[in-house]
Amino acid sequence: METLIFALFAALALGSAIVVITHKSPIYSTLSLVLTLFSMAVLFVLLGAPFLGALQILVYAGAIVVLFLFVIMLLNVQKEETAHIDRGAQLWTALLGVAVFLGMFWLAFWRTGLRLGDSAPPAITQELVSLKGLAAELFGAYLLPFEMVGLLLLVAVIGATVAARRPGEAGSLQEEGIYASGEPLGEPAPPTPRKEANR
Amino acid sequence: MLQLLWLIPILPFLGAAINGVLGKKFPKPLVTAVALGAPFLSLLLALGCLWEFSQGSQDSFELTKYMWTTGDLSIPVAFLLDHLSAVMLFIITFVGFLIHVYSVGYMAHEEGYRRYFAYLNLFMCAMLLLVLGNNYLVMFVGWEGVGLCSYLLIGFYYDQPFPPYAGKKAFIVNRIGDFAFLVGMFALFANFGSLTYQDVLPKIVANPGLVTIPYVGSFSLASFVALCFFIGAMGKSAQIPLYVWLPDAMAGPTPVSALIHAATMVTAGVYMVVRSNAIYQLAPGVSLFVAVIGALTAIFAATIGIAQTDIKKVLAYSTVSQLGYMFLAAGLGAYSAALFHVMTHAFFKALLFLGSGSVIHAMSGDQDMDHMGGLKKWMPITRWTYLIGTLAIAGIPGFAGFFSKDEILHAAAANGQWILWAVGLITAGMTAFYMFRSYYLTFEGEFRGTHEQEHHLHESPPSMTIPLCILAVGAVVSGWVGLPKLVSAVNHFHHWLEPVIASPGGVSPAEHEMGSGAEAGLIAIAVLVAVAGWLAARSAYGGNKGLATGNAWAARIPVLHRLLLNKWYVDEIYDVLIVRPLAALSRFFWKAIDTFVIDGAINAGAFLTELTGDVGRFTTTGNVRNYALYFFLGVILLFWWVAFG
Amino acid sequence: MSAVPISWYLLLSAVLFGIGAIGALTRRNGISIFLSVELMLNAANLTLVAYARQLGSHTGQVIVFFVMAVAAAEAAVGLALFIAVFRQRHTIDVNRMNLMRW
Repeated sequence: METLIFALFAALALGSAIVVITHKSPIYSTLSLVLTLFSMAVLFVLLGAPFLGALQILVYAGAIVVLFLFVIMLLNVQKEETAHIDRGAQLWTALLGVAVFLGMFWLAFWRTGLRLGDSAPPAITQELVSLKGLAAELFGAYLLPFEMVGLLLLVAVIGATVAARRPGEAGSLQEEGIYASGEPLGEPAPPTPRKEANR
Repeated sequence: MLQLLWLIPILPFLGAAINGVLGKKFPKPLVTAVALGAPFLSLLLALGCLWEFSQGSQDSFELTKYMWTTGDLSIPVAFLLDHLSAVMLFIITFVGFLIHVYSVGYMAHEEGYRRYFAYLNLFMCAMLLLVLGNNYLVMFVGWEGVGLCSYLLIGFYYDQPFPPYAGKKAFIVNRIGDFAFLVGMFALFANFGSLTYQDVLPKIVANPGLVTIPYVGSFSLASFVALCFFIGAMGKSAQIPLYVWLPDAMAGPTPVSALIHAATMVTAGVYMVVRSNAIYQLAPGVSLFVAVIGALTAIFAATIGIAQTDIKKVLAYSTVSQLGYMFLAAGLGAYSAALFHVMTHAFFKALLFLGSGSVIHAMSGDQDMDHMGGLKKWMPITRWTYLIGTLAIAGIPGFAGFFSKDEILHAAAANGQWILWAVGLITAGMTAFYMFRSYYLTFEGEFRGTHEQEHHLHESPPSMTIPLCILAVGAVVSGWVGLPKLVSAVNHFHHWLEPVIASPGGVSPAEHEMGSGAEAGLIAIAVLVAVAGWLAARSAYGGNKGLATGNAWAARIPVLHRLLLNKWYVDEIYDVLIVRPLAALSRFFWKAIDTFVIDGAINAGAFLTELTGDVGRFTTTGNVRNYALYFFLGVILLFWWVAFG
Repeated sequence: MSAVPISWYLLLSAVLFGIGAIGALTRRNGISIFLSVELMLNAANLTLVAYARQLGSHTGQVIVFFVMAVAAAEAAVGLALFIAVFRQRHTIDVNRMNLMRW
């Protein structure tokens, strides 16, 4: 039974992942990602971490993906503006790189003794699944990182707010002269001719 | 007092240091006080030490100050006062001090007054180290030091082009000799493990077989060392073929020529040979070579001196010639005769040089005898002292040079070396001729210079004339300590030096005797030749004849005269044979190897770096995805290193 | 119930990571790149949870917790930057953002 569930949702995850990276429209990619995240959540539950599964849906699928969709809508990213994956050097180098990477993974994990083989994992204990256990660890040994992550989120909020401000508002980046002019930069400007009279 | 022996070289060094470092801030009298005070104190100390030494019964006194150790090499920094170094010590401190006093007057108007005295004091230190050292290495330190000071003082007028060139020439030619000297020292050290005189020389004397075994080819160790040392002496004491620096060294101030290139530095080679007489006695072939070179140099330089018109050049070539005499004596085994001549020569040559300096001073710097004449009217003291010097060098009986030169000729005759005797005799005649020529051209006859020079002619100040007088006394008296057997049964000088002259294997140096009749005859011949030279000079240049007769004689032998005037073109020959090929080789090394290979390699490195940059900049495409790819590839490498490295 | 060996989870995670990497390197659309990055992060999360199960420890789950928080922060800031760039360039095609060319 477990194997069945695993096979089903693994296949789903893989399929939707491939759609994520290949589809022309960003909206479809995002929605595909949601499907992938759902499958991952199920796999988390299967692995004895139901809390994380729930968290996955809440945070990832519920917040982050929504954020993505907002931005896509905001920027009105058109289907036409995107293109397929570029053919050419970039693609082949990427495929090669990934192949090498995976090969190294295989070498590292399978050959160097970290293999786990086909042995069955230990059974899921009540302890493992319990939220209490997780919370104890989180607020116990990892209290400091927890607080720091909170700080990090604060910083992220501030940063996002500042970065995304409309140009022209008080204290905006434009006013501070970070962008030279209000015009879109487009192509790099041609070098201005020097008007020295050094004959 | 003898315990203070080490102060004798140190005091002039301190004088040089004080004047050199702080002297710029001193008023001139203070500079003079320091510059004169140091050699004067050294002189007093030297006299005190000599007195104490002569009163004692030892033959030598050693004082070790310090052991100079590197690795397993240990050389003592030590001083030795024995009969030989006592003579040199006296000459150096006494004549040196007089020349310092003279320089006060001579250099009074010079810009580089302080610098001059600093160098001169430094020279005194180095020369004293040379003669007082108790081993060859301390001697070598002094040897190099006097070479350095010679360079500094010859090139004293560095704003003119020639003096620095002359200084360089002196230093470089000396270097050739120094190299040979070093090789000799190495050979000696390798075989004896020590360079101290009292270690090595007595061993050689006791067991001559140590050094007579073949060492290099068919040369025995003694021959090899003796030859190497003599090549060093060739350089320092201006023998053929390394004499060419000494005439050009006249570019330095005249007191420098007097002190360094007449009285002291150039005699270092003779001192070294006499010190090593044990080795030379066991190397008869090399000794004969020394004598031959000495004789050749003597006559060769005398021929050049006849034709020169610059008064200092005449004296320079006469110095080379007299040095030849000293080596002639040393080569024949007459070591005390050689040293005797060193002493008398120091007095009369210094006298002659200082006298010429007085003349040049009065002539406002003009050294050409063609412009001089009749100076006896204005400069009586200079004239009489110069005349005494001339009589001394010509070998006129009663004056110092006669006694020492006579001993040398006697040594040649007594050893059966009649050719060398003849060469010495002819040279004596030439010496008398050209020295009296210089006297007559300078002091007698009519003045041939310009009117301005005439107005300027005056006798020199007492700071210059008093040393002249003292030296004149020396030029007469110093010969009386070495009277020939005809006159006195005991030759005091020879007797004084006996402890230093070795008798290797129990055989004392060949001292063949001649009958007193033969000896008297030879002395008479020598005197006749000297007087003949004098009279020839007088007939050519004496009275009011001036240059006329001399020029007439020169006109009759134009080719020979030109050869002599141009010093047999030796400098030009050296230039073509040695200097130019070396310069061309250096240029090759510069252009081909230094510029092309070495600089090229460096430039190639820079070029490669630039190339890398020029090519590498294409990785900065500005394209974010490329950067992401590099990122990813980097992560792969990192993973590889962590997992498998 | 036969349990699924952990190694299968690891294999799945590696493949997902690879897919995400290809996507991140080859897409032209900035948003799509971000999506691929999120995919990679998720693959890593899967590995961590798998090991947490294998070793019976909560540590892996705690790390996943943190990773999610950081991913959220990163997504927020990154999208804000995209907005800012879009305002100037009117495009989010990363090929057009090449001021740093040689």
